[in-house]
Amino acid sequence: MSRRHRVSLALAAGFLALLYAAAFGAGFLAPYGFDEQDREHSYAPPVRLRFRDGAGRLHLRPFIHRWVERPGVPGVYAEDVTRAFPVRFFVRTPLGRPRLFGVDAPARLYLLGTDRFGRDQLSRLLYGARISLFSGLLAAILAVGLGLLAGAAAGFRGGWLDQVLMRTSELFLALPWLYLLLAVRAVLPLDLAPSGSFLLLVAVLGAVGWARPARLVRGAVLSARGRDYVLAAQGFGASELYVLRRHVLPQAVGVALTQLALLVPQYVLAEVALSFLGLGVAEPVPSWGTMLAELERYEVLTSYRWLLWPAVLLTGVVLSYHTLAEHIRERLQAGEV
Amino acid sequence: MLLAAGLVALAGCGSPAGKPAAEAAKAGGEARRGGRLVAALGSEPRTFNPVTAVDAASLGVIQAMTANLVHIDRQDQEARPALAESWKVDDGGRRYTLVLRPGLRFSDGHPATADDVVFSFQVYLDEKVQSPQRDLLIVGGQPIQVRKVDDRTVEFRLAAPYGVAERLFDGFAILPRHLLAQAYQAGTLASAWGIDTPPAKLAGLGPFRLRERRAGERLVLERNPFYWKRDAAGAPLPYLDELVFLTVPNADAQALRFQAGELDVADRLSAESFDRLSRDAARRGLRLVDAGPGLDLNFLFFNQNDLAGRPLPALRRRQEWFRQTAFRQAVSAAIDRDALVRVVYRGRATPLNSHETPGSHWLDKALPPPRQAPEEARRLLRGAGFSWDAAGALRDRAGEPVGFTLLVVAGNAERGPMATLIQEDLRKLGMDVRIAALELQAVLDRLFTSYDYDACVLGLDGGDADPNPSMSILLSDGSHHFWRLTHGPLAPWETEVDHLLKAQLAERDPAQRRRLYDRVQEIVMEQRPLIALVTPKVLVGARAALGNLRPAVLDDHLLWNVEELYWRRQR
Repeated sequence: MSRRHRVSLALAAGFLALLYAAAFGAGFLAPYGFDEQDREHSYAPPVRLRFRDGAGRLHLRPFIHRWVERPGVPGVYAEDVTRAFPVRFFVRTPLGRPRLFGVDAPARLYLLGTDRFGRDQLSRLLYGARISLFSGLLAAILAVGLGLLAGAAAGFRGGWLDQVLMRTSELFLALPWLYLLLAVRAVLPLDLAPSGSFLLLVAVLGAVGWARPARLVRGAVLSARGRDYVLAAQGFGASELYVLRRHVLPQAVGVALTQLALLVPQYVLAEVALSFLGLGVAEPVPSWGTMLAELERYEVLTSYRWLLWPAVLLTGVVLSYHTLAEHIRERLQAGEV
Repeated sequence: MLLAAGLVALAGCGSPAGKPAAEAAKAGGEARRGGRLVAALGSEPRTFNPVTAVDAASLGVIQAMTANLVHIDRQDQEARPALAESWKVDDGGRRYTLVLRPGLRFSDGHPATADDVVFSFQVYLDEKVQSPQRDLLIVGGQPIQVRKVDDRTVEFRLAAPYGVAERLFDGFAILPRHLLAQAYQAGTLASAWGIDTPPAKLAGLGPFRLRERRAGERLVLERNPFYWKRDAAGAPLPYLDELVFLTVPNADAQALRFQAGELDVADRLSAESFDRLSRDAARRGLRLVDAGPGLDLNFLFFNQNDLAGRPLPALRRRQEWFRQTAFRQAVSAAIDRDALVRVVYRGRATPLNSHETPGSHWLDKALPPPRQAPEEARRLLRGAGFSWDAAGALRDRAGEPVGFTLLVVAGNAERGPMATLIQEDLRKLGMDVRIAALELQAVLDRLFTSYDYDACVLGLDGGDADPNPSMSILLSDGSHHFWRLTHGPLAPWETEVDHLLKAQLAERDPAQRRRLYDRVQEIVMEQRPLIALVTPKVLVGARAALGNLRPAVLDDHLLWNVEELYWRRQR
């Protein structure tokens, strides 16, 4: 493996690990709750972290000024420089929950600005990562798991089972899923709790996506079965289970892993698309998809650039997973897996 | 979402025969003649048939190609002569006699007479044609009788007195009998004049006629040389040679194409677009007008349908709350309408306490302005037997936690954010509100067919500035009585509203009508079967060089006087 490869792999893995960890620790890292509205600060830009005060003195501890709406001009903010609010670490919310950092009321630490309802964009980004990243990961595991089972069964058993599974997979690949999903949402009960819609999202994505990995795994199993050493093992009286475990599955697992790394970013994007269509988690729970849905409107997209952060992170996630997939594929070809 | 209730009142709108514009007296008509105006349609029109059209795009095009007997001036909201030069009311409001202008011709040159008027109403009234406007012509339970007196005189007989029946005539385009009689006889009138009809087979009494249609892209209308209306100097109208409609599905795209100069007018701009365009309007040669509060109504209502025999036990349990006046009052008091105005419309909207908006002069001025009062909401709930547990969650008398789902149309840029704000307001009151954003058709199915929903935030397109259009919503057996479409025993206040609405319908004295309708508004505000939220201001734009532009809060905001519009300099 070349040095360049190693660096890119480390970067990708590090970035993903960091994101997943941040999503996990959102309750502590996010300065505010994801649904805390601040209606006086609709679309407030990110606050400026300052180290030098008006008199030119340097401060070690950064501070901010409050955004105040210009009277008579809705949505246009100016800094109220009469008061400085130092950033504090290890603070507690009014309800007593510990947070990594914050500022004293009435100022609010909008490091990445706010959305239409004056909700802290950074907090929503972190909480939203839970839905987006984990739904993508879980759905991909589900899809690949199902695909592995179906593909291995089809490839190893062959015959009518193979026929049934493969024809079903073709059906799944050919169906217009988006329209079907819209119809499914319409008949589901209205009062789905956020956790319910999250699981539904995972189930739907996973169930829809098993066909492709299944076909690839089947191919790998078939090719493995025909190899001379497998035939030799069988000739020596190896049991079916032994052959499957020792020779066939290792081949298939590599394929499945590559598929997994490719599917996760696809599913993260699918969550975005589904949320965009109102099929994801409901307000006020954030996901990167629902956050990006707001950018559908041109005026929002051009005026409030800080709302683009989910798209930036999304790009990073997709690139990182692709780097991982590429790496797995190369190792696979080199016969290391 | 713009539901079709408003259009019941004011469907195809003809061209006005209002007082001549002051500007017209100064300059001769010839100097203004010529040019083309490019406007946008939100979607491609579905039909050119005024009898069956319901979508805004079709109605917008049809209104430029047709005319009505009487026209409601969109600016002062008064009824004015159009095809009928005068009318007479007698028999206590039961008989209307209308006299047509002399020498009327359709846009293909064929003369228009009382026969065409009688034919048109025969079509609108025919049950088989299923015109959405038919209900308006049923007065006192009976269809209006239409009779030709002579070539220029038509008599309408009503089974019951109807106070302002002349306003009705605004909604009915007069059809050419010579072109449509055959289709009517064959029973195919409802499907006649589809979008693919060749221009030669279409004719109307409006200022423009169809010249060309490019599917999915544009419609080109040209001046109707037989148009009946003239300006103050006696020059024939319209001034413009051409009226072009482009299909621009998205409101933001409309604003951008207006800014780029591809569109000459822009209707229904969002507050963001309006503010952005206003900044350099003068440099770009644009004129942006905030015409003030419109007639659109955004409101919240709870499902009070009678669900006996339907398998919805949990919903029926929740309806015990929804049916309590105090519960609905508390919800209304908890809502921060000022935040709706500020957050959803950047301040360009007006909070509402009544289903009638400040855009209409029928709003009861004695009603108090809406005010968020969380303490009042808590007092009302406590009085109705609700209480709060240690965690602050609201519980009913039986200890059941109070929560419901709020239905909205997915992707709606106004109602979606409204629901999020209301959810937060009610959360502070201890209610667990969940938002369900569904696709439009799924929402309509639940509202009108399955009744499987708790509460809904909806928007209604403004119709006429008159109490009558709201009857389909407020009458207990109205077709758009959203919160309760089933028929069951009525509460005393519901009986009173029915009675008042019917009484104002028959009343001809405007002052008395107002008193009756004011009382309706008071009752509705007290009982809150629908909780009025906000009405956006009408934000429009046009090239500054467009003369005679008189934006109105009534639909069509910009093109209602399209025959009078002209370019100050020839372009």
